[in-house]
Amino acid sequence: MSRNQVSGSPGTGARAALASLRQNRSFLEKYSFVILCVLILVALPLTFDTFRLGLAAKFLSLGFCAVGIVLIWGYGGILSLGQGVFFGLGSYMMAMFLKLESTNSGSSAQALSSFFGSNLPDFMAWNSVEELPWWWEPFHSVWFTLPAIVLLPAVFAFILAYANFRKRVGGVYFSIITLALSAIMSIVIIGQQGVTGGVNGINDFRTFLGIDLDTDEVKRYMYFITCGLLLASVLIGRFILRSRLGKVLVAIRDREDRVRFSGYDPALFKAFIFAIAAVFSSIGGALFTIQVGLASPSLVSIVPSVEMVIYAAVGGRLSLVGAVYGAVLVGSAKTFFSENFVEYWMYFIGVLFIVVVMFLPDGLAGLLQRLQSRKSASGSTTETRLANESGGAK
Amino acid sequence: MSELILQVEDLTVSFDGFKAVDSLNFYVEKDELRCVIGPNGAGKTTLLDMICGKTKPTGGTIKFKHRDLAEMIEYQITRMGVGRKFQNPSVYEDLSVFENLEISYPRKRGVLGSLFFRREDEMFRKIDEVAQQIFLGDVLRHKAGQLSHGQKQWLEIGMLLMQDPELLLLDEPVAGMSAKEREQTAVLLNGISKGRSIVVIEHDMAFVRMIAHKVTVLHQGKLLAEGSMDEVQSDERVKDVYLGH
Repeated sequence: MSRNQVSGSPGTGARAALASLRQNRSFLEKYSFVILCVLILVALPLTFDTFRLGLAAKFLSLGFCAVGIVLIWGYGGILSLGQGVFFGLGSYMMAMFLKLESTNSGSSAQALSSFFGSNLPDFMAWNSVEELPWWWEPFHSVWFTLPAIVLLPAVFAFILAYANFRKRVGGVYFSIITLALSAIMSIVIIGQQGVTGGVNGINDFRTFLGIDLDTDEVKRYMYFITCGLLLASVLIGRFILRSRLGKVLVAIRDREDRVRFSGYDPALFKAFIFAIAAVFSSIGGALFTIQVGLASPSLVSIVPSVEMVIYAAVGGRLSLVGAVYGAVLVGSAKTFFSENFVEYWMYFIGVLFIVVVMFLPDGLAGLLQRLQSRKSASGSTTETRLANESGGAK
Repeated sequence: MSELILQVEDLTVSFDGFKAVDSLNFYVEKDELRCVIGPNGAGKTTLLDMICGKTKPTGGTIKFKHRDLAEMIEYQITRMGVGRKFQNPSVYEDLSVFENLEISYPRKRGVLGSLFFRREDEMFRKIDEVAQQIFLGDVLRHKAGQLSHGQKQWLEIGMLLMQDPELLLLDEPVAGMSAKEREQTAVLLNGISKGRSIVVIEHDMAFVRMIAHKVTVLHQGKLLAEGSMDEVQSDERVKDVYLGH
């Protein structure tokens, strides 16, 4: 029999174990979020001009997808190669709203509509579409558009994921399904040029609820809104991971079969987290479109979807905060490459992915963690060991 | 005769024409500790797989507490009060021992319930109690992956105890354990068999003798003999196929 050291009230041993699990959180786990806040809310705005801040906002919008991928891939074990689909849903819904607003106001729009004799978005008029499609109509309203950006991808993702996971389609097969989905979405958008803007996407909008999006002041505000929502997503993600649900997710990732015999329905949990990640991506897409002024099929297809996975892999697939760094770093690298050597970008990102997978399976976050534990190990090996032992025997 | 908790009747399953379990009848009473023995390939694990829902039978019925399990899937059967321990210890290696037990606590197993689950006093009490029972009171903070093989076996039994099942299905619970650990496990199983029924698959005859109320011998998917350890061991057919080799 083990010695019964717990002489106090019942449950004290378990409580002590929980407390020490919490205490053992590393420096990174405790402070990485604060550091990220300081960096993007204080350091970047103070040092960057509006143009660079706009670029940062663009990468941060993509960061939403990476945060979602950490949740579903790092903790849920679901590798989605289709997060671009949800990014695209948010992006296009926002673009439809902005397009309708700018079509119905502004002098150039009026000139256009008087020329074509209709009040349609410009690309529809060019494609001889004579009537606004019915599914565009609700996007006249901001009170439809904003909730739809959150709810539509959630419902779609949940149904898609639950239908597959309930039938125990998972792993690589699910990845291929998501991959196909992103290909389908970009093909449909390009093919239905008259109502989707086709390969050019939807662009040329200036105002949001009458606010001119092109001024420096508004751009700064948008940057802070993006940061705020992104940090909120990270916190929501952290809340989920620290809850009982988060532990169940890890259990599902490692031993899905066993989880059923703990009395859980894994399909429901996986569909839930997949829906959350879809919502994050969609919000990121909407923010991207407001700030970059564009919704494009090139952002929903396979390549950007895979890039989003690489953001998460580089940042560290177990680190919500790391995902944000991954998105910003890889995004910046992409900008640098496409300004200087466009044709090498794809090779570079391929090599980057291989290097990360082979040598840094937990990305930058894992690298930092390893460096840190090595430092603390060389400094106080015996001390920590003693502390652990006395902690266990207390 | 006391009340039956499990009634398996005419149970058959075939994999590509091979009948792993063939027209088997198998009954377990309340508060009973039953051992199932038999040579490799006798269908012991398959029998447990079908009871807990992992494998669907091709024919026959399984009733638990007089309810047919045919239409239920794994997690529903688990929630009815059937706990299953697998042959290779299946614990959540990346979670701590504490978290392994916490997950198994049988409340709030829906999505939203588990998202907003607040740890309650009752759960801490229960975790402490179970951890003491399975000799892991000192290692609650450790990752399950760091435990020894025997400790993992205990942890998996502990996870089942957290669920408070009325029927425990244990597949080779002492495989890979030292002699001392086997003895401890025998004490553990005898202790937890009060108020619940347990079915144990085991090869170790000394261990079976320590715990079994009644022994069932399977051979080629069929029931060969059933009775006390002594009765079974003196049965000529059993000696032929199994004990005598």
